[in-house]
Amino acid sequence: NFMSPEGAAKKSGADQEEVEVKMEKTEAEAAFPPTFSVSEIKNKQRRHLMFMKLKQEKRKQKIQLKKKKKKEREALGDKAPPKEVPKTIENQRVYDETTVDPEDEEVRFDEGTDEFSAYFNGLTNPKVLITTSDRPRGRTVKFCEQLATVIPNAHVYYRRGLALKRIIPQCIARNFTYLMVINEDRKVPNGLVLCHLPDGPTAHFKVSSVRLRKEMKRRGKDPTEHFPEVILNNFSTRLGHSIGRLFAALFPQDPQFVGRQVATFHNQRDFIFFRFHRYIFKNEKKVGIQELGPRFTLKLRSLQKGTFDSKFGEYEWVLKRHEMDACRRKFQL
Amino acid sequence: MCFSLCCVQVIWDIIGNTQFCSFKVKTKSQSFCRNEFNVTGLCNRSSCPLANSQYATVREDKGQCFLYMKVIERAAFPAKTWEKVKLSKNYEQALEQIDQNLLYWPRFIRHKCKQRFTKITQYLIRMRKLVLKRRRKLVPLSRKVERREKRKEEKALIAAQLDNAIEKELLERLKQGTYGDIYNFPVHAFDRALEQQEDEEEEEEEEEEEEEDVGQREYVEEELDESDLSDFEDMNKLRTSSDEEEEEEEEDEEDEEEEMEAETEAESKGRGSKGKSPANRSTPTRKKKRAFVEIEYEQETEPASKTRTT
Repeated sequence: NFMSPEGAAKKSGADQEEVEVKMEKTEAEAAFPPTFSVSEIKNKQRRHLMFMKLKQEKRKQKIQLKKKKKKEREALGDKAPPKEVPKTIENQRVYDETTVDPEDEEVRFDEGTDEFSAYFNGLTNPKVLITTSDRPRGRTVKFCEQLATVIPNAHVYYRRGLALKRIIPQCIARNFTYLMVINEDRKVPNGLVLCHLPDGPTAHFKVSSVRLRKEMKRRGKDPTEHFPEVILNNFSTRLGHSIGRLFAALFPQDPQFVGRQVATFHNQRDFIFFRFHRYIFKNEKKVGIQELGPRFTLKLRSLQKGTFDSKFGEYEWVLKRHEMDACRRKFQL
Repeated sequence: MCFSLCCVQVIWDIIGNTQFCSFKVKTKSQSFCRNEFNVTGLCNRSSCPLANSQYATVREDKGQCFLYMKVIERAAFPAKTWEKVKLSKNYEQALEQIDQNLLYWPRFIRHKCKQRFTKITQYLIRMRKLVLKRRRKLVPLSRKVERREKRKEEKALIAAQLDNAIEKELLERLKQGTYGDIYNFPVHAFDRALEQQEDEEEEEEEEEEEEEDVGQREYVEEELDESDLSDFEDMNKLRTSSDEEEEEEEEDEEDEEEEMEAETEAESKGRGSKGKSPANRSTPTRKKKRAFVEIEYEQETEPASKTRTT
């Protein structure tokens, strides 16, 4: 309060000053009238002090409000209104009209006849070819090896400068169902091209935060040869559904529960987190999980309809940063 | 600038030995000439296009090779000093053309021109080959975007709560029975837990009924937990979300949750304490009598049994 007459005197507009000075003197608390703004004080020190004061006042008011609410809540007891749910990005997500309804028939029909139908009907068994870009470095090579242990029936081959378009017909001839190319930049894997082989969609991901097995804390032994189970979380839109099926078809249809291994693809805000765990049920309400295996995050960059063809391919979906990243509450998968 | 012999010598004295040539690039061992008409690229008395009145070079423009010649007769016309001759695309014919045009010229310049022409054709061939091969496309990363994405990823990871989600999903699958008969947890235990929270009166009634069973021995099968526990290395290090709660609650002597009880009970069973122990255990409500899982209510003697099991 000792500041206010001086602070007010520094302002331009003499009439207003007097009125405000009077108002401030009459009020017990230092509540500023609405026309007065801290930013109009020219002196930096004083302005700063006033601002700090303002902040303290606001904080005090907030605490008082909270206390009041708490008291009311206690007073009402059981009849109190339910606690408000805090807003999260997931809560506030802009509703995507391509979200898949579990009972949607059109989606079911589509999924019955798309490129994965052969897999989901049990006709084909997945066989994966893992390779890299030219001249891979140690980290990428290790990553490929570890991926091959995680995905059953996977083979790693060196690239040696071959063109992908020539590799693909050879793979098809040898009954591979998937081609996985890990792109490397500055000795670190940073991209993944996942191509479903007979003539399936090709997805291009950005790979980040790769942790190899030896960097994991508290990890278990190496994964065994048993087929793992697959968990796919939060793939809600049409696009998400097709990507989810893409991942699901990597693993064989009949997981061996004896192995107690589970591979998880969890989608959160358009980032797909991959984890590989071994689980154990302590009782029917508790399960312990132990992380084996590599972990990495993927972000979808583009989805192409046919097999890998960068020049003439038909893109089903491409990440357009300016359109899609503009709104923080809008997600694609 | 006239190019008489003595004049030329003077030029070389000025630019050659000293620093005055703007095309000269000096390194520790050698000096180079950046003049575009230089045949060899080095700074020499015989290779300097400024200090020689009679000079010739081969240069290429968009895949086409040309022979440039400078003679002393045109020294007075700076715009017309260099005579440009298009060379044929055929290698041998072009060499012959060079020879014809540079007939009676000093051997050095003829030789160097042909050498330069050879080099040029070689690199043109290599360029054409490279275009046909697959090329690596370099995509520039925007630092700002990368930074933002990294942050978003971190936030998304925190929001995801992966461990919880995975555990929940696994328990869901267990409940739905996707695992079949592998795990012998009785299905009704889960429902039972719900019921207990609702009605307490019914429990009291049934307690009286089941006190008849006190003292009778029943042999139950071993829980799977035991064998699994021995397989599992570093079991102690396993931290699920509920493990920590469990440890906190063990310190309390107050009301404890029944889940915890079931856990300790299961553990104690797993360690082979079969049949019923002291009479102060009371069995909870069950629709069907099952022998292998018992849920204890906490009593005064609880701490003793707990320390045994842990």
